[in-house]
Amino acid sequence: MTWYRNAGTRLLLNSRVSISSEPLSSNKQSSKEPQREPISPYSQAANRTNRIISLFRGLYAKPSSAIGTTIFLIFLTVALFGPLIAPYGVNEQIAADARQPPSLQHWFGTDNLGRDVFTRVVIGARDILALAGLGTLLAVVCGTAFGLLSGYMGAWFDEGLMRLFDSLLAMPALLLSLLLLGILGPSRSSVLIVIVIVYTPIVARVVRSVVLSVKTRGFVEASRLQGESIPYILFREILPSTLPALTVESALRFSYAIFLVASLGFLGVGVQPPNPDWGLMVKEARVHVFQIPWAMYFPAGAIALVVIGVNLMSDGIKRVWQKSG
Amino acid sequence: MNTITKDQSPTLIIEDLTVAYRYGDLLLDAVRDFSLQIAAGQTYGLVGESGSGKTTVAMAVMRYLGDTGVVRAGKIEFDGRDLLSLNTSEMRQVWGAEMSLVPQNPLSSLNPSIRVGEQLSEILRHHQGLDRETARVKTLELFRMVQLPDPQWVADSYPHQISGGMRQRVLIAMALSTTPCLLILDEPTTSLDVTTQASILDRMSELIIDLQSSILYVTHNLGVVAQICDRVAVLYAGELVEDAALEDLFRMPLHPYTQGLLDSVPHLGETKDEVQLGAIPGQIPALGARPEGCVFEPRCPLAIQICSQRPPIISTNNGRKVRCHRWEEIASGSISAREIPREFKKEGTEITLDQYENEHGDTILDLRDVEVHFPLRRSIREVIITEPARKVKAVDGISLSLQRAQTLGLVGESGSGKTTLGRAIVGLVERTNGDIDLFGISLPPALSRRDFKTLHQLQMVFQNPEQALNPYLSIGASMRRPLMRLAKKSRREADKEVANLLKAVQLPPDYAFRMPNQISGGEKQRVAIARAFATNPGLLVADEPVSSLDVSVQASILNLLNELQIEHETTMLFISHNLAVVGYLADVIAVIYLGKLMEVSRSQDLFKPPYHPYTEALLSAVPIPDPSIQQGRIRLKGDVPSPVNTPSGCPFHTRCPHFLGDICVSKKPVWQMDANGNRIYCHIPVEELGAKQKNMIKQE
Repeated sequence: MTWYRNAGTRLLLNSRVSISSEPLSSNKQSSKEPQREPISPYSQAANRTNRIISLFRGLYAKPSSAIGTTIFLIFLTVALFGPLIAPYGVNEQIAADARQPPSLQHWFGTDNLGRDVFTRVVIGARDILALAGLGTLLAVVCGTAFGLLSGYMGAWFDEGLMRLFDSLLAMPALLLSLLLLGILGPSRSSVLIVIVIVYTPIVARVVRSVVLSVKTRGFVEASRLQGESIPYILFREILPSTLPALTVESALRFSYAIFLVASLGFLGVGVQPPNPDWGLMVKEARVHVFQIPWAMYFPAGAIALVVIGVNLMSDGIKRVWQKSG
Repeated sequence: MNTITKDQSPTLIIEDLTVAYRYGDLLLDAVRDFSLQIAAGQTYGLVGESGSGKTTVAMAVMRYLGDTGVVRAGKIEFDGRDLLSLNTSEMRQVWGAEMSLVPQNPLSSLNPSIRVGEQLSEILRHHQGLDRETARVKTLELFRMVQLPDPQWVADSYPHQISGGMRQRVLIAMALSTTPCLLILDEPTTSLDVTTQASILDRMSELIIDLQSSILYVTHNLGVVAQICDRVAVLYAGELVEDAALEDLFRMPLHPYTQGLLDSVPHLGETKDEVQLGAIPGQIPALGARPEGCVFEPRCPLAIQICSQRPPIISTNNGRKVRCHRWEEIASGSISAREIPREFKKEGTEITLDQYENEHGDTILDLRDVEVHFPLRRSIREVIITEPARKVKAVDGISLSLQRAQTLGLVGESGSGKTTLGRAIVGLVERTNGDIDLFGISLPPALSRRDFKTLHQLQMVFQNPEQALNPYLSIGASMRRPLMRLAKKSRREADKEVANLLKAVQLPPDYAFRMPNQISGGEKQRVAIARAFATNPGLLVADEPVSSLDVSVQASILNLLNELQIEHETTMLFISHNLAVVGYLADVIAVIYLGKLMEVSRSQDLFKPPYHPYTEALLSAVPIPDPSIQQGRIRLKGDVPSPVNTPSGCPFHTRCPHFLGDICVSKKPVWQMDANGNRIYCHIPVEELGAKQKNMIKQE
């Protein structure tokens, strides 16, 4: 409930206060002296860190987003420190231990080739989070640029670009990816390109809609009257206003990108064996599902958990941003 | 219904009502110890600025507070029953049948997917058990009662198909349909144009007399109160500060806040040369930041030691109530919050418009036949038969000139094209025809083709201060840019200049480090004005700079604009829908209707005949916050015609009260000049107009 209290203290600023609520006698003590927010030249930078801190506070204020954020942070740690955590080599085959159920030696068991499933899931997290993360980041950058330009310029430029994006959006994401991978050939960089192409139009549309509402506001018009250049107006005046919507959209795109990478792996057109890709692991273990089900359940569970975690987190971000306006 | 109103007990009794809103685990009082009694058949005005709690009171009476609102203490007694003890199903019998509400926003209060007539007859069927056919007949009757033109057509329309004024009439008809004994009107005319507002208020005061209902009229507009109410309660920061009969309140306000409020609005016909507006310093305290003593103490010019204690509500002679420690001194006249007694200086500087223009010599801005037409999208059929696109004629041939250091007030109702003209001058919209000269040099229509020297000379203040500043840039950063970009100053010089500018608009220099969400609306508008004056522009376009501000803040912004303009010798185009505000600030007033000028007058002459028939109607429609002033009564029929198909001949002929006949329809009028050099666009000779028209504002 911390962020509620923040909203409360903001209301209490500036003056002597009379509060009529019973449980808050503590506020009355400080109410005699006029309070003012500390103002310094650094307040802008301070603002920014404050905003990140308050975002996390907000996320941990509700159980659903707290769980989501925790899940995401755990997977992020696992991805970052993967090699330190993993007990075995990724492709290390211990023939004697093949097809072992989960045990103390092999937490998630071993697959039919005697590889440790836990190790492969841990190392696989690096791959999938990096691919999905980098892909989303590039898509967000491209989408923001296109969305800003398209929304601000309007007229034929907007019309042309949006029709192109519409035609990309008309195709189901997976079908479009398969088509593109068919052309590019399966590899990590191809998957990256696919994510960028599939998600850029969506991000661009979100940014464009914000730009359309912001560009008629007084501050944008005032900067036009000051003779500001288009890049200045786009990036200094308009871009900050798109950030709340953009953050929420990026988090959502990220969860879908994880899903997409896993799906492509499963279909065998994404990351190639023997890399420990989660989707690929599910595909390989699918054949032996009745003999060694753990080899399939653990990577599949990891996919589900990350996607759910990121989704819950993005819901939380949305809630927090909307609360703070 | 008359049986109820005959007995003497009040319809509504509110006693010591305290309403709080929940913020997280805080409960913040929005209204404190509020008491009120409305007698049967009485019209009670509830006046206050935004944040004063007036709507909260109305909603508490309706039991509409929502999930966050809590009645913490007090009693609401309606028609002998304790309202707060009723449950929802019992309330449902009260709502609509005995107590109804006319809300502020007519569009969001009507269901967009149900025909208007059906929405009304549903109420009749539910509360009066009428069958479908009788309900329909009664609906049409009610529509006729509120003077809706063509009731049959309105009943069959959806809300989006009828105009704002018509929607508000529908809502009034709904509220009256069950002849309730209490009618709550929450700013019912605030979103309407003055001419529409005037005709609705007229009808409403007639209905009030007919129906004998008690009325709680919630508004911020003192002029409307003066026109319609019997008694007025003034709210400030959630507390009742004064409660008096209408005449008493306006003749002798006892609370310093009421005095300030009355002094801060310009009256119709007052000009800046004659009257100084009394601005109340500071702003209304936020919810939860209210002083423990007298709520008005921080802003009160009369505050003394004792004012840090909360004053009780005191009943004075003839039923007045006031919450002030010093009311006796105020009543005796020994102290007053009013700085200068307000009076009309009858004879001002009597120079005619020609003389004025000659005297000021330098023409800064010259508009010749400026047109701004927006083409509409053509349908496929129109494209195929190559029909030219129809156009919205927002500005349709306007010629004007502004002299150095002059303020030209551009006044018109919504849709008149006043804002578009202002935007065409600064270049935010491109004009489609005509010439605009600034300092004798022709301005290109497109903003991108104008050089820095031109931009330097042309600045604008926008209507909505909430949107005028980038929420992600500090005040200093926003203000620095024009200095660095247009005045080519270094960062250090610009920062120094920002401090000076902040001082000029009476803000402390440390505001440069604040973010826009840390300052109030009035302060934002000051910053926006400072930014506009940063480059010392030759021409400033101010587009409704005070219309979204509270009246007590409005006055200080008007005073500020006036001071800065005199100091910088800036020429100003001041755009507003508020005739009193324009009349106060402007030297010359141009009245615009459907994209065309109707009249150009010296401001002190605008309020005397002869005037253009449209000006005449506007003047009679403006509610004047002074019940002692007799206003002429001219009401326009119908709504403003669509700017796509503007009427032929004189654009005003469809609504003109002095309509002559064919000549007005077929022939465009010519500009005529009256004895004082004021120009009127009308077929009727000025002498004849002058003879026909009376003075619209007469003091008794």
